[in-house]
Amino acid sequence: MKNLLILGAGTAGTIMANHLRKKMNRSEWKITIVDKEGDHYYQPGFLFMPFRIYSEADVVKPKRKFVGGGVDYLEADVDRIEADANQVHLKNGNTLAYDVLIVATGTTPVPEETEGMTGPDWRKRVHEFYTFEGAKALANTLDDWQGGRLVMHICEMPIKCPVAPLEFVFLADSWLRERGLRDKTELVYATPLSGAFTKPVASKILSGLLEEKQIEVVNDFNISHVDNEDHKIVSWDEREVPYDLLVTVPTNMGDPMIERSGLGDELNFVPTDKHTLQSKAHENIFVIGDATDAPTSKAGSVAHFEAEVLTENILAFTQGKPLPEKFDGHANCFIESGNEKAFLLDFNYELEPVPGKFPVPGIGPMSLLGESKLNHMGKMAFRWIYWNVLLPGHPIPMVGHRMTLSGKKLPEGVKAPQPLV
Amino acid sequence: MPDKTINGVTVSTDDDGFLQDHSPWNKDMAATIAEEEGITLTDAHWKVLDYILADFAEKGAVPGMRRLNKVGGIPTKELYSLFPGGPIKKAAKIAGLPKPASCV
Ligand SMILES: Cc1cc2nc3c(=O)[nH]c(=O)nc-3n(C[C@H](O)[C@H](O)[C@H](O)COP(=O)(O)OP(=O)(O)OC[C@H]3O[C@@H](n4cnc5c(N)ncnc54)[C@H](O)[C@@H]3O)c2cc1C
Repeated sequence: MKNLLILGAGTAGTIMANHLRKKMNRSEWKITIVDKEGDHYYQPGFLFMPFRIYSEADVVKPKRKFVGGGVDYLEADVDRIEADANQVHLKNGNTLAYDVLIVATGTTPVPEETEGMTGPDWRKRVHEFYTFEGAKALANTLDDWQGGRLVMHICEMPIKCPVAPLEFVFLADSWLRERGLRDKTELVYATPLSGAFTKPVASKILSGLLEEKQIEVVNDFNISHVDNEDHKIVSWDEREVPYDLLVTVPTNMGDPMIERSGLGDELNFVPTDKHTLQSKAHENIFVIGDATDAPTSKAGSVAHFEAEVLTENILAFTQGKPLPEKFDGHANCFIESGNEKAFLLDFNYELEPVPGKFPVPGIGPMSLLGESKLNHMGKMAFRWIYWNVLLPGHPIPMVGHRMTLSGKKLPEGVKAPQPLV
Repeated sequence: MPDKTINGVTVSTDDDGFLQDHSPWNKDMAATIAEEEGITLTDAHWKVLDYILADFAEKGAVPGMRRLNKVGGIPTKELYSLFPGGPIKKAAKIAGLPKPASCV
């Protein structure tokens, strides 16, 4: 019997387990998935918790429930991978041998990376919504908000769901309006990027939206430290942004287990072939989701597309065949823009988000890079799709892992990508 | 693409003045680009530029601040004093490399 071991039962690991248990020969392969935590969080829901649009119960379910029969589920903390010996050491002292390993340990915010971030203001005036605990604490603080300077801030890139901070200020704007507090609140967006977003066409549109909503933008802001005494963040080039409430996205890093295994880059992300998802260092190690260093968004939608590619590649690998599938970097993200409207972005390694219709060319019904109520409904429907379609590994109709050009309008100056062969 | 003459060599650059092609680049050209940015290159600058060039050759990407700090051993504070404003962008430009892609 051979062992296929999956580390991490988050979005990517769970989908992989559910794909592989249906496709692998289980008299030859034993599939095991390991995770240190019992609860599965619908992380996109963390954005809505501070505004009490989602309750805690909307976003948490037991992890085990989503891993289907035929897979051994193990709740344990992984200490390190010993790649040269094809084994994984657990913190409880046990070891697990593998023939094929899938690393799906994701990324988490590490506020300690920034001087002063976890000082006296932490969870009082300084908050984050990238964790369940953080989103809950921020909801309590917002309940008491009476106005002042509310600063949304990003420490450094890359972060998972790079549009989430923008969504937060857009939602905050409409939430404040509803409560009659918008006039009493200065909304500020401080980012290390030179624009609102990482890609030019979308960045321009989103910058326009920030301006329209009178949200002050501070660009190229690389944080050096948080000053808890004067309640301000200070950049390396000595600019200062005062806050009454700071909502920050701390540095996102891969799990420290990756560092202990000697498998990561400076942020503990695993160097990975961006098309095949094979680790660059070991041919029987594959990496998926937020744990990779692939140059696309760290997003659940990406993990979902990658899972289709990786399933085919793992099946081929276990049969000694060349890896057949190539991932093109496809990402598909809704952006909540407030007032129950949203944008939709669809892009890949080669093509930035451009306007158009999705998923049916010319018809939609959803519009790419345009604001609509329907996009918002799509985003809100996604929670159901996540629990019932995505995690069990069922295909989502009409949305394939390869990005398609049909339905997209390329603005002048944007080059069409070469199709992957 | 705008063409530009640096030290008598015509090079093509992007809209922000980054070289489109690294091959005509040399140390004298770096010094001239640096002057345009108001920087006189010293050994301390070259330590950063050499690291960025070596890393680019290996990885195909301009390293970020954290990588320069953690792997290259260059403190962030020092980067800001050597290349005031946007250190990574300025250093990449002087090293004749493409504009660093803002992370996805
Ligand atoms: C606020 C917010 C909003 C978001 N919005 C969207 C959105 O709208 N659309 C979208 O597509 N994506 C969104 N995302 C991103 C999405 O949630 C992630 O990209 C996705 O969960 C990545 O899946 P993953 O499996 O790689 O990592 P995760 O789902 O984070 O899973 C990693 C798992 O590994 C486990 N693990 C880690 N280390 C160890 C260890 N040492 N031992 C044992 N287990 C370990 C963890 O417990 C965890 O269960 C959002 C994220 C946040 C935080």
